[in-house]
Amino acid sequence: MKVMVAMSGGVDSSVAAARALDEGHEVVGVTLKLWGGESDTGCCSVSDVDDARRVAQQLGIDHHVFNFGDDFTRHVVDPYVADHAAGRTPNPCVECNRHLKFDRLLDRAVALGFDAVATGHHARIVTRPDGSRRVARGADPAKDQSYVVHMLDQAQLARVLFPVGDRTKDDVRLIADQLGLRTAAKPDSQDVCFITSSAGRAGFLADRTELHPADVVDGDGRPVGRVDAVELVTIGQRRGLGVSGSDDRVFAVAVDVPRRRVTVGGADDLLSDSVELVDLAWVDGPVTSTVQAQCSAHGSPAPAVVDGDHLRWLEPRRRVAPAQSVVLYDGDEVVGSALAG
Amino acid sequence: MSVYLDHAATSPLRPEARAALLEVLEAPLGNPTGAHRASRHARKLVDEARDQMAAALGCAPGEVIFTSGGTESDNLAVAGVRDATGGALVCSAIEHHAVLDPVLAAGGRTVSVDPLGRVDLEDLVDVLSPGDGPPVRFVSVMAANNEIGTIQDLDAVAAVISEHAPEAVLHTDAVQSFCWLDLATHAAAADLISVSAHKFGGPQGVGALVARNGVPLTPQLRGGGQERDRRSGTHNVAGIVAMAAAASATVAERDATIESVRALRDRLADGLRARVEGLVETAVPIDSHGRPDRSGTLAGCCHVCIEGIESEALLFLLDTEGVAASAASSCASGALDPSHVLAAIGIPRDLARGSLRLTLGHATTTAEVDQAIDAVARSVERLRGRR
Repeated sequence: MKVMVAMSGGVDSSVAAARALDEGHEVVGVTLKLWGGESDTGCCSVSDVDDARRVAQQLGIDHHVFNFGDDFTRHVVDPYVADHAAGRTPNPCVECNRHLKFDRLLDRAVALGFDAVATGHHARIVTRPDGSRRVARGADPAKDQSYVVHMLDQAQLARVLFPVGDRTKDDVRLIADQLGLRTAAKPDSQDVCFITSSAGRAGFLADRTELHPADVVDGDGRPVGRVDAVELVTIGQRRGLGVSGSDDRVFAVAVDVPRRRVTVGGADDLLSDSVELVDLAWVDGPVTSTVQAQCSAHGSPAPAVVDGDHLRWLEPRRRVAPAQSVVLYDGDEVVGSALAG
Repeated sequence: MSVYLDHAATSPLRPEARAALLEVLEAPLGNPTGAHRASRHARKLVDEARDQMAAALGCAPGEVIFTSGGTESDNLAVAGVRDATGGALVCSAIEHHAVLDPVLAAGGRTVSVDPLGRVDLEDLVDVLSPGDGPPVRFVSVMAANNEIGTIQDLDAVAAVISEHAPEAVLHTDAVQSFCWLDLATHAAAADLISVSAHKFGGPQGVGALVARNGVPLTPQLRGGGQERDRRSGTHNVAGIVAMAAAASATVAERDATIESVRALRDRLADGLRARVEGLVETAVPIDSHGRPDRSGTLAGCCHVCIEGIESEALLFLLDTEGVAASAASSCASGALDPSHVLAAIGIPRDLARGSLRLTLGHATTTAEVDQAIDAVARSVERLRGRR
């Protein structure tokens, strides 16, 4: 097959390229330039592009850079800002995969005559007895990224490869080391790639949208504190709520941006037995039995059933911030997904 | 057969330059500033090269400053005049980044251009008019543009400057022009001229700045005082000698080259127009007979925008077919950035996304041109077939 490998300059995609080559594919490496602004962790700094190019040279494959900056701004950064302005907490990695890597890049790869796009995600693609495919958890439970690639449909799954999904991270680093790849010991990327650690989320959003102070109230509506930016408060947050004399067990349990109000409560108030689901989609038909639901990239899954447009936990769980992806698993396999309402 | 149509990015080494380069590298070579035989030999090579460059550029030998290339020449001109005069800086909106960025970094202003990329002389008058700030002491207008090939009327620009900012010097980035324009006449009105060897068949990493006598210029590299204390640093003797050889060969053949390459460029552009739907030739007006008038652009340049096509995808396919071409200038990562030149001449961003620059050199053949036309037409069809 002709395989286009999305190489971020990290160790996972470096090894993904090496393994795709090893499996006998005709491989070309591509690095996406997504973000023109400052970035200190990101996938598009010049040094990361250098790393990707140097690895490609080591492997003896061609390397190209595609500038998808406009699309990234339109599909990832702008919605990220708008969501926060509306009090929602989106996952930009999910949106980047949805709109950039497995849409824009995949389209271009196909247009250029490639059969598949490979990435360094720690996820697997399993084929069912009827020939249909599902995204499944990667072999390394600590590094599993099936959550951020959960949205792949059958057409995409037929054209996507995850060459390191069946390896542990330690294995990946070992392979990179054995091949002498310069990225073998490179640290994992962290957090949101387009936000620098110096400015932080608050600084990034403050430059792009108006932030508003808000009252912090208790469950009875009594004012107990103040925050500078209601848009930056996330459900479950403990610090920075301006609640004086409080102990550690006060959490933001509700964030109401239009009314500029944050409600705090104890750990019990943070619990809920359901999550409202928006844009629920099943991979191959609704599942009425118990599923495992995961509500953040590094969150632990828990048993639940889907009941109409709600997810009902078997045991109460912490509230889920609106706009987080809710990914539904049967065992290791993704069977459905939605956004938290 | 591989097809090389990216001469504006870099042009292959001419045989004369290669021979000169090897001859210098193979013989024992002293430092030109030394006091012994080997040094005197090196010094003689540099002096002779300086004479050759001066003849090619229409200046006195002492007005030639050897540099590491076009970018250094441009930066030396901008920063050298700024430091020497403290005056304000002005450049056209379509300058190469090697001029545009240092000018803007120093708080300078840009002059707009018309839809063909020619400097708007009325806007130049406005920009030169004394305001609250310091008077303009430096104006930079490139002899011809690196992306779209538009040739500027430097005499007209100089006339405006002498009337509205007589203290200002005129710099011209002639990096793209050396092969196609006789700079001794075309850039006669310029006080400073930048050239780069590898654009005319010399080696990469060497260039020159002409600074006419009396032009205020503060050195940016200080040290051993080479180049009459205007640019310190041991000479790149082999590079300088090879550049001069390439320059002399280029000048000797220039008229014949322009004639033959212009015919090939027209064949290329006409072929693309005929074969590719939705193709717009950039900065080329249609004359009263309905024919494209390419007289305002460099003979070796063909720039087009193709509707509904993305340059990156097109260049990828052309590369797989063995055709070397380019689009806009690349950023540090190698990604294509939206072109400030196409924006400045009013090309909509969507159309600019489909830009393609094919640039020819003295050795370009008819077969290369025909193969490129086929490859572009085929690649565009393929990309459109997906939609």
